[in-house]
Amino acid sequence: MNNMNDPKLFEEPCLKGLEKFEEFAQKAPYLRDNNLKHTRKIVESLEDAIRRSGLKDGGTISFHHGFREGDKVINMVVGVLAKMGFKNLTLAPSSLMSCNHPLIEHIKNGVITKIYTSGMRGKLAEAISNGLMENPINIHSHGGRVHLIQSGEINIDVAFLGVSCCDEFGNANGVSGKSRFGSMGYAMVDAQYAKCVVMLTEDFVPYPNNPASIRQDQVDYIVKVDQVGDPSKISVGAARMTRDPRELMIARYAADVIEHSGYFEQGFSLQTGSGASSVAATRFLEDRMRKKGITASFALGGITGNIVDLHQKGLIDKIIDTQSFDADAAESLRVNRNHMEVSTNCYANPSSKGASVDRMDVVILSALEIDLDFNVNVVTGSDGVMMGASGGHSDVAAAAKLSIVVGPLIRSRMPTILKKVTTRVTPGENIGVLVTDHGIAVNPNRPDVEERLRAAGLPVFTIEELHARSVAIAGEPTDVEFLDKIVGVIRYRDGTVIDVVRQVKPL
Amino acid sequence: MKLRRSMLFVPGANASMLSTVFIYKPDSIMFDLEDAVSLREKDSARLLVFHALQNPAYKDIETVVRINPLNTEYGLLDLEAAVRGGVDIVRLPKTDRPEDVHELEAHVERIEKECGREVGSTKLMAAVESASGVINAVAIATASKRMVGIALAGFDYVMDMQTERGDGTELFYARCAVLHAARYAGIDAFDVVYGDVNNEEGFLKEVDLIKKLGFNGKSLVNPRQIDLLHNAYAPTEEEVEHSKRVVAAAEQAERDGLGVVSLNGKMIDAPIVNHAIRVLQKAQASGVRK
Repeated sequence: MNNMNDPKLFEEPCLKGLEKFEEFAQKAPYLRDNNLKHTRKIVESLEDAIRRSGLKDGGTISFHHGFREGDKVINMVVGVLAKMGFKNLTLAPSSLMSCNHPLIEHIKNGVITKIYTSGMRGKLAEAISNGLMENPINIHSHGGRVHLIQSGEINIDVAFLGVSCCDEFGNANGVSGKSRFGSMGYAMVDAQYAKCVVMLTEDFVPYPNNPASIRQDQVDYIVKVDQVGDPSKISVGAARMTRDPRELMIARYAADVIEHSGYFEQGFSLQTGSGASSVAATRFLEDRMRKKGITASFALGGITGNIVDLHQKGLIDKIIDTQSFDADAAESLRVNRNHMEVSTNCYANPSSKGASVDRMDVVILSALEIDLDFNVNVVTGSDGVMMGASGGHSDVAAAAKLSIVVGPLIRSRMPTILKKVTTRVTPGENIGVLVTDHGIAVNPNRPDVEERLRAAGLPVFTIEELHARSVAIAGEPTDVEFLDKIVGVIRYRDGTVIDVVRQVKPL
Repeated sequence: MKLRRSMLFVPGANASMLSTVFIYKPDSIMFDLEDAVSLREKDSARLLVFHALQNPAYKDIETVVRINPLNTEYGLLDLEAAVRGGVDIVRLPKTDRPEDVHELEAHVERIEKECGREVGSTKLMAAVESASGVINAVAIATASKRMVGIALAGFDYVMDMQTERGDGTELFYARCAVLHAARYAGIDAFDVVYGDVNNEEGFLKEVDLIKKLGFNGKSLVNPRQIDLLHNAYAPTEEEVEHSKRVVAAAEQAERDGLGVVSLNGKMIDAPIVNHAIRVLQKAQASGVRK
């Protein structure tokens, strides 16, 4: 007897609420069409993808910033959303750049009413600092972004992820195609947590595309566009190689500090970030590593060509890459199995099951301002206007054995060391050493490091002494005046609020 | 013995550089009021340099001011500012004859008296930039007790010689003449600037040549050249070890009341001891050669 012919079968208590099998394609009708089966995710236009994504007014959209200043996706997608009449959207990219200034119009028109980002630059940052938005923006760290996504505060409805190429199923990476940008560390998180993933691609490659940084089972829709980004503009912003003698001098001091920090031993790990001096410091580390005959076990974070160079010379064993800062880094990621791509969850999320920053020995970080308690500001400029990004700053500082902040004592005529920072992004207790062009200051909570640096004959001062010198040269800056309105909330990596940014008072 | 390997040019009108250039620790910093300052900035540059000279940040570094020639309307004003500002050395450009130095010295002495500076405390150096200057190099180098150095300035010199900068052949006679004049007068000799700042190899090649010739150092236009130059002038580890033994032997001979110094059975005379002291001084200033 055929059980399924029994009309009373589904009245059995154990089958109640279950559905009866009718035919194999009942739930997957595309399986009946050999062409559709392969191309069902591919849609004609961005509008089409957006309609299918189910995005509604008030929803949350996300993006990665792997192209940095060369990104074309954010402006394009938000432009289309505006045309389609969307309102009250929350914009949650991994970060925003100067190139995103067209968003100003969309904020004015009510398309975007809330923003989560690691940072902002240029005209957009100026407009928001001057009170453009009703809701303050939330500035998070790279690790902290993942924490906010996992906690549900950033609840991504649709992630729009730009890639140079993918296959018909959406397997994609950042190392193939003509617009290669390298690691997809940010996008991997969006692909994992967004309710809907729309992939924007410049080109299709045969299936299966590997490696699959973004996997086919994470992608809902794919739309072909002319251009997702210009990789030549990745290193135009923060990550650049300097010829400036002052930055080179700071870099040399930073290398001196690492050499004598007590952590410069066989198998140490390092991160150098994207600042000009920290990028240059790797150049000076090479000689010292050779001289002492030691190699590093791994380099982490935003990866530059300099790090790749040390790796190729056998001085750094492995590279853990969450963002590639230039074409050399992207190419190395493509060809080298010891150059590993990790998500920002894996990189720096404090509530992740394993964050690589926790294994970090020495990190070189930048600063716009640092105060006498070593608190660091990387978000607001001396005029109180937002101009930078939280990035991985507080993530690595919290986890590394030694955090070294580098910066000139005076920028043009503005001192870097202040009595109090304008905006606190990284707590001072996590900063071990400050390196400036005028000398080095060690946090009093690191007497061990201070003793070693002094013994090595490095120019060590108290931070108060360096502050006094900058005042002697540039004078004491007048405090920036702010209005009451909060325009930015600085979220620490664990989601707590470490500071707020208020609207600057017009001059 | 004051080490003068690196003399870093700083345009006097560049306020930002004046506020920070001491951090690079060249042996001397030369604030330029002459060719690196446009006509419209002559006054502001003079004022900036006058203030910079008095900044405590420059207390531990030798300061030099290159004034405009005294036959221009700026020269004397520059000199007033430099001497009153407390400069260590005044550098006179386009020095053709010893009379140029005499004229300068007379003004310096007058200004020192007027502003209450110890007479004779302002030192002088001359830059020769023409065939006439090179021919008169000995007379120029010995023109005043205040003279501490003589420098060759390449650009104007090769123009005057109707040639152009090349592999150094064009400067060969001038370099030798200036160097001999300096040694005869017992003062320092400085070589020309190397303008192609991104060409480290070319710079080091030129440094190697002038070091072998015997120049004390070189005028520099970029702080990045300082470490390269100091390293090239730094003695090797072996030289340092040998010099230590020479100096120790000399000190021992003095303690023993011996007029003759010997090391490993060989006699050492005074110039060798002086050379050894200079080697150790350079090693102390910039370590051994890397």
